[in-house]
Amino acid sequence: MVTIELGPPHWAGHRAGQHLEVRLTAEDGYTAEREYSIASAPGEPVAITVERLDDGEVSPYLTRELRAGDELELRGPVGGYFVWEPGDGGPLMLLAGGSGIVPLRSILRHRLRTGSDVPTRLLYSSRSWQDVIYRDELGQHHDGVQVSYTLTRSQPAGWTDHTGRIDSALLAEVAWPAEANPLAYICGPTSFVETAAAALVGLGYPPERVRTERFGGTGGH
Amino acid sequence: MSPVSRGFRHLRRASDEDADRVPPGQYVTDGFPVLSAGPTPHTPLGKWTFSITQAGQTRKSWTWQEFQALPAETITADIHCVTRWSKLGTQWRGVPVDTLLDQAEYDAPYVMAFCDGGYTTNLPIADVTGGQAWVAFGYDGGPLEAEHGGPARLLVPHLYFWKSAKWVRGLDLRGTDEPGFWERYGYHIYGDPWREQRYAGD
Repeated sequence: MVTIELGPPHWAGHRAGQHLEVRLTAEDGYTAEREYSIASAPGEPVAITVERLDDGEVSPYLTRELRAGDELELRGPVGGYFVWEPGDGGPLMLLAGGSGIVPLRSILRHRLRTGSDVPTRLLYSSRSWQDVIYRDELGQHHDGVQVSYTLTRSQPAGWTDHTGRIDSALLAEVAWPAEANPLAYICGPTSFVETAAAALVGLGYPPERVRTERFGGTGGH
Repeated sequence: MSPVSRGFRHLRRASDEDADRVPPGQYVTDGFPVLSAGPTPHTPLGKWTFSITQAGQTRKSWTWQEFQALPAETITADIHCVTRWSKLGTQWRGVPVDTLLDQAEYDAPYVMAFCDGGYTTNLPIADVTGGQAWVAFGYDGGPLEAEHGGPARLLVPHLYFWKSAKWVRGLDLRGTDEPGFWERYGYHIYGDPWREQRYAGD
C-alpha cells in the first residue's frame, strides 16, 4: 500500500471519511477512473492510500509508475454520508477491514487535530502484522483512543491481541456497549462490513447509528 | 482534454460487441458488488408489505402472498453503478411497476421509493412506467438475497443503480421531485448513465 500526497491547486477542502476520484488518461484518449478514500484529515495536504491489486488497472500505475511531480486528474471530494465531525459526537466505534482503515485514519487524524475528546475505539482487522498500515501512527497513544487488532492469517511470535476474523463474540468483547449510544463507522471488503454491521446490530446498536462503506473487490481496480 | 497520464497504458476494454452497452466511464465486472449505506435489514416475509402511498394515505397495499400472486416477468438487463462498474445481462424476476401503479389510480408526476432501513430515492413517474421498472424479488434464477436487496428491490436499469432501491417497501406519490438519500448527499437528482449524471451539477 502506498500513500500518495497530492497538491491540487484548487482543492476546496474535504471532510473526514470522504473520497475522491482519480482519472488516468492514456495517449490514445482511453480513460480509467477509480475512487479512493482520502487518508488525510481536513486541513492537511490531500493524500490517498492505494492498495496495489495485481489484476488492477489503475492501482498498479499509482503504486509503481507514478513519480513525484507527475500530474493526476482528480475530482472531489465526494461523499457526504460516511463522514465524521466532532459535532457528531460518539463514543466512536471504528471497525477497519484491511484497506478500510484509510477513511477511518482520516477520522482519527481529524479528531486529534480538532482536539476532540470523543472516546474512540478502533478495531483493525488485517491478514498479518505486515499488512497493517499506519502502524507507528496508530501505535502512538492518544487520550481517549483505544486501538486493538485482530490478525486473521498469521501472527508474529508473542502476539497478545486478537486473532481470527471479526465475529459477534469478538465485538461483544471489544465494542462499546449499546447503552453508551455509540456511533459506528465500518469500512472494508463487503464480507467484513456485512458481518461487522450485523454483529453490531445484534449487540443492540440502532442501524441508523451504524455507518458503512464497502470496498468493491470487483477485480476492476 | 484531460492531461495525459505519463506512462499509463490501458490493459483492457470491453469487447467490441459489448462496447455500445457500456455507458461512458464504466467498466464491466463479472462480480456483483454490494454497496449500501448501513447494515442489511432483514424483514420477515410475514411482516412485509408493498404500498403505494400519497399524502400520508395508503392507496393500495399488498402482503408478500398477494404480491407473489401478481403476474411477474423475467427481465434481462444491463445495470450500471455510479461507482463505475457495469454488469451486463443480469437476470431478474419481478412485477412491473406499471402493474402496481395501475391498481392504485395514481395521478402524480414523481415518486419517492421508501425502504426498510430508511433508504429513499426519487424518480419521475415517467421513468418507472412504460415497462421501464419492476419490483424484483428474484435474481439469477433464485430468490433475491438480502445483501442485494431481498426480499424485493426496485429495478430501474436505465438509471444508475442507486435508483434501484434495495429493500423497497413502497412508492410515495409526490407532486415535486425532492432528493432522496443519496441525492441529498450530492448525487445527481436524475442519474442517467448515458449522460454520466453521477453527481449534482453534472
